[in-house]
Amino acid sequence: MTRGGFVDRLKAGLWKDNPGLVQLLGLCPLLAVTTSLVNGFGLGLATLLVLTVSNGLVSATRRWIRHEIRIPIYVLIIASLVTCVELVFEAWFPALDRSLGIFIPLIVTNCAIVARAEVFASRNPVLPSLADGIGMGAGFAATLMALGAFRELVGQASILSGLDMLTGGERFAGFGLGHGGLLLAILPPGAFFSLGLAVAAKNAIDRRRRTSRSETMRPGFRRPA
Amino acid sequence: MKTRGIVKTGATLALIAAICTALVAGTWRITRDRIAANRKAQLEQSLAPALADLVYDSGVTESRLVIPPTDELPGAGPVLVYRVFSADKPVAALFIVTARDGFSGPIRILVGADYDGSVTGVRILEHHETPGLGDRIDQSKSDWVYQFDGRSIGDPPADHWSIHEDGGDFDQLTGASITPRAVIKAVRDTLLYYEAHREEIFTLPATVDEDKDEE
Repeated sequence: MTRGGFVDRLKAGLWKDNPGLVQLLGLCPLLAVTTSLVNGFGLGLATLLVLTVSNGLVSATRRWIRHEIRIPIYVLIIASLVTCVELVFEAWFPALDRSLGIFIPLIVTNCAIVARAEVFASRNPVLPSLADGIGMGAGFAATLMALGAFRELVGQASILSGLDMLTGGERFAGFGLGHGGLLLAILPPGAFFSLGLAVAAKNAIDRRRRTSRSETMRPGFRRPA
Repeated sequence: MKTRGIVKTGATLALIAAICTALVAGTWRITRDRIAANRKAQLEQSLAPALADLVYDSGVTESRLVIPPTDELPGAGPVLVYRVFSADKPVAALFIVTARDGFSGPIRILVGADYDGSVTGVRILEHHETPGLGDRIDQSKSDWVYQFDGRSIGDPPADHWSIHEDGGDFDQLTGASITPRAVIKAVRDTLLYYEAHREEIFTLPATVDEDKDEE
């Protein structure tokens, strides 16, 4: 696999086919845990790990797996990996594990992971599949962190609260940036609003890029004012 | 020919299942001790604040008693009690009770009381109350739970264990009255039960942990 191919997979996951913003997969955890940046990072990291390893395993075994039994095999592989990740989190990041609660085991049901196994890993060699897992996982994690940071800033006027869950030590309330905050952002409707804004922002950026590109390609063309 | 295909497919499935099981079992073996230690530390850490500055023997978590569901205690399920001793003399009891009449979902409350029945501390362990309103019962959000410190049945009398709005002696929370009512009632009922069953609580043997991992 060339370096260009790897960069392409990363770009696809982080931007062009971002699982959260474009494919709109895995919305349940996306909306539920993004009440803070640290929570978003935790679930993003867990999903990235599971997605990369599951892509690798599905790709490595793709020649021996008959088409009829591929789905049970994916479920088996993904469920085992999630269980391992949960045990590891509980052993080394117990506070983060408690904070994410049921959403770590629920990674099993994140359709983004089965989708990558089915669409990409089962049809491509191991290295591109790993790259795809890293790209898609990083894209999902980035979306979770962006939403978490946004909702935390707007809702609590602080950032990085609960950092102690990653580093250990005293409870950390976050860097305060004022008092109060708009409670709505932390409540479930705030999750939908934030996601909507994020999708809209991505589309707006894409459109602007497209227009500026077409203008450079055809110098005579001017968009009507 | 067809049967051979099925057998082969089944064998593949079984092989992958075996490999996955081995993977999970291996991870469990590696993480088991750390997880057990974390859970114990977490439990001790969550119990300690409800004991104020009492001096007590270690091994509080081993003194666990499970009281089967009874109408005298809040919630419909069993209640956990940790007995606290100092030089083998009972000094306090910690109850983990569940109030089911909150605004949304069960509220798990840790109630600590010394041997005479005065509250040493009340802490909210788990709740799903509305952020910004009912969730201020949570000690990380406001000082509301600290008003129970040092109170007992008699101070105020049992019929004054309610919010000011209902003629009681405890503070309410602006915009939320169902949540504080539920918590106050749960603490009161726990203290009443403690008063009535104190001797029994401190003499019963610790409940054996049934789901303890066996080697």
